[in-house]
Amino acid sequence: MSLINWIDERFPLTKVWNEHLAQYYAPKNFNFWYFFGSLAMLVLVNQIVTGLWLAMMYKPDANLAFGSVEYIMRDVDWGWLIRYMHSTGASAFFLVIYLHMFRGLMYGSYRKPRELLWIIGVIIYLAMMATAFMGYLLPWGQMSYWGAQVIVNLFAAFPFGIGEPLSIWIRGDYVISDATLNRFFALHFVLPFVLAALVFLHIVALHKVGSNNPDGIEIKKNKDENGIPLDGIPFHPYYSVKDIMGVVVFIALFAAVVFFWPDFGGLFLEPPNFEPANPLKTPEHIAPVWYFTPFYAMLRAVPPMFGSQFPGVVVMFAAILVMFFLPWLDRSPVKSIRYKGLLFKIALAIFSVSFVVLAWLGMQPATPGSTLAAQIFTALYFAFFLLMPIYTKIDKTKPVPERVTK
Amino acid sequence: MKKLIAILSLALLPLSAMAGGGEVHLDEANIDLANHAAIQRGAKTFVNYCMGCHSAQYFRYSKLTEVGLTEQEIKDNLMLGGGKIRDQMTIAMSPADAAEWFGAPPPDLTLIARVKHDGADWLYSYLRSFYVDDSRPMGVNNTVFPNVGMPHVLADLQGVQKAVYKEVKHGDKTEHVVDHLELVEPGSMTPAEYDATVRDLVTFLVHVSEPMKLERQRLGIWVLLFLGVLFVLAYLLKKEYWKDIH
Amino acid sequence: MSAEGADLKKRRFLIAATSVVGAVGAGFAAVPFIASWQPSERAKALGAPEEADISKLEPGALMRVKWRGKVCWIVHRTEENLADLKTNTDILVDPNSEVDHQPAYCKNAFRSIKPEYLIAVGICTHLGCSPTYRPDVGAADLGGDVWKGGFFCPCHGSKFDLAGRVFKGVPAPTNLVIPPHMYLSDTQVVIGEDGGAA
Repeated sequence: MSLINWIDERFPLTKVWNEHLAQYYAPKNFNFWYFFGSLAMLVLVNQIVTGLWLAMMYKPDANLAFGSVEYIMRDVDWGWLIRYMHSTGASAFFLVIYLHMFRGLMYGSYRKPRELLWIIGVIIYLAMMATAFMGYLLPWGQMSYWGAQVIVNLFAAFPFGIGEPLSIWIRGDYVISDATLNRFFALHFVLPFVLAALVFLHIVALHKVGSNNPDGIEIKKNKDENGIPLDGIPFHPYYSVKDIMGVVVFIALFAAVVFFWPDFGGLFLEPPNFEPANPLKTPEHIAPVWYFTPFYAMLRAVPPMFGSQFPGVVVMFAAILVMFFLPWLDRSPVKSIRYKGLLFKIALAIFSVSFVVLAWLGMQPATPGSTLAAQIFTALYFAFFLLMPIYTKIDKTKPVPERVTK
Repeated sequence: MKKLIAILSLALLPLSAMAGGGEVHLDEANIDLANHAAIQRGAKTFVNYCMGCHSAQYFRYSKLTEVGLTEQEIKDNLMLGGGKIRDQMTIAMSPADAAEWFGAPPPDLTLIARVKHDGADWLYSYLRSFYVDDSRPMGVNNTVFPNVGMPHVLADLQGVQKAVYKEVKHGDKTEHVVDHLELVEPGSMTPAEYDATVRDLVTFLVHVSEPMKLERQRLGIWVLLFLGVLFVLAYLLKKEYWKDIH
Repeated sequence: MSAEGADLKKRRFLIAATSVVGAVGAGFAAVPFIASWQPSERAKALGAPEEADISKLEPGALMRVKWRGKVCWIVHRTEENLADLKTNTDILVDPNSEVDHQPAYCKNAFRSIKPEYLIAVGICTHLGCSPTYRPDVGAADLGGDVWKGGFFCPCHGSKFDLAGRVFKGVPAPTNLVIPPHMYLSDTQVVIGEDGGAA
């Protein structure tokens, strides 16, 4: 292949191919949970491509935005499909990422030497949330408007007199307005490229330390005479063909939603958002989109203290920031849930249930009963992290095998 | 800060208006979007009764050719104010005038069927639930949409309904609530005919809210079938390669 | 792990089959993105055929109609104009309208349906300027006696006669475009639609 040679003399094509695909050795015991990393990248590409196309027809102007979305849905050939792919993609992105993160929790993928890999991942999650939040304003429906109004007002809860000026600065106005829409559009357009760069760093870090696996064993510890991990297999072709299969299944599920349930019962496209933003009329019940609701429930669970909502805001942000410390909170001698004891399994189960219940509570109108429930589950959510140094230390672990198991 | 608390408490409060609305029993509309004749009849009702005040500004007349009308039929029967076939279903009334006459401008109805959960059932029930209430500015009230600002424009078709109240005890308080509605003065249609007319109108509104719905479902079948074929190949490919792994 | 003894033929077949079907899928997926660049319903609505009332158009006068965002001229040509169009054809590039810049029903000596009315897209075929109407026969700045009335493009000096035919030796390569059109009555003409006559 003289062309390849020609390129290789000028660009490390074969080298990159080998180092990251053909001779990148991944553990051979990946299971179902290991599909979600590649799927998250697929969804990111979907969001960037459909988003770019939508940006060609969308108008970030308070008077035109809502109409321009309907223009895309009706007047542009296939515009409806591109828009539904984007709106469904937003929810799919979070679903895939939540499963990806849960995998990390189960198998201890955040443990040494993968602390930075995990931290970059949490930054990606934060960037995703910012991107999704700004994107949700763009259709300029009632939920867009009032959801943004409530969230931006959270910044007004900052003490020391900086809260109010800060929220006004973010909006560029005294309420959510044309100025806010315009800047959110610009940021929503550019942040995905920041995301893509972060994903690149995530993969660089991954390929430095190598993939974890369901057994939580470092495959690099057992190498053959050629220096190839005994439990490793080349990513290409083995995991490339496996991921292709996963991708096809995922696209089928995705297409089923896009073509048959694009609203997803009001979870992916909320009914009040089919009404144009009206600054004079708040909808009866505002709730963020489902992927934000666990944190919204935590915000509501904390009562105002000293006449300030700030504690609730702190709790909400702390719920995400605490993830950064996870690598140092886990004191278990083993990584994977397979060899951890009962305490960790119970803790993870309670944590997962808490997260789902909080998500549900965040969608409901708050009643005294549901607020109490939200408080309990918020406490449980934090207990998972804050008590981790204790329960992982006293937990009875099982012996870890030398080699990966099936 | 106060604003934040106000907004948060708005979100926190169980709101009586809609919480109450949620408890209202909705009749099932049972519409069929594939029934082109129903959509055509609904379009006619919409043009004659609704478009005095409401637009469907994101929908173009020409799109009705997709439900079996010819351009000439659309021009002759539905485009009462003239215009071009690809015009959108707008109205002449300005929002400012409308706000002055009705308190709030009558909303555009293109997406009304998607604004509510179970939009079709809601519209179907709403349009059949007006009753006489002299305390209201328009002389009518509605059990599905209490204190609605809109007059009962279909009254000459449906006739006049009166509310029959019942007493409900909340602890030591007794409240009068509407039990059911009774037709006291017949309109030009029988109740069955009126229900059918409303059903057609709702079919039209649901169609207009997402005209590509049936098309997207039809396409979805093909997409899934295609992906099924691709999956079989991808599965066999994976299986073949993974024979190497022990 | 070993690739020895693998059925390479089967693998090659499965790779080929998956790639081909996958590529077909990618092709289908690209269709919506490509098609979405076509003129939208709104563009089509704005570019709808345009009707014009020519009852008040005096002989020798020109009126402008906008169709698909482009200016279209309707010129009421006089008897002299029509006679002039048959002379001097040797100074024209394409006197018989061989280049397909007009509907078939306008491929005639006057490039029109009715001889007295010229309907043309008023955009120069050189670089898209809009020429000026110069009906003044014998205009000194346009060649004196040779000029029998026509259109002059101020951008690069292209000249067209009153049938929109381009002169030799000017930058514009072809005759002006005649849009599809038809007469609804003696006084109503619609531009952009010809009822399938072409």
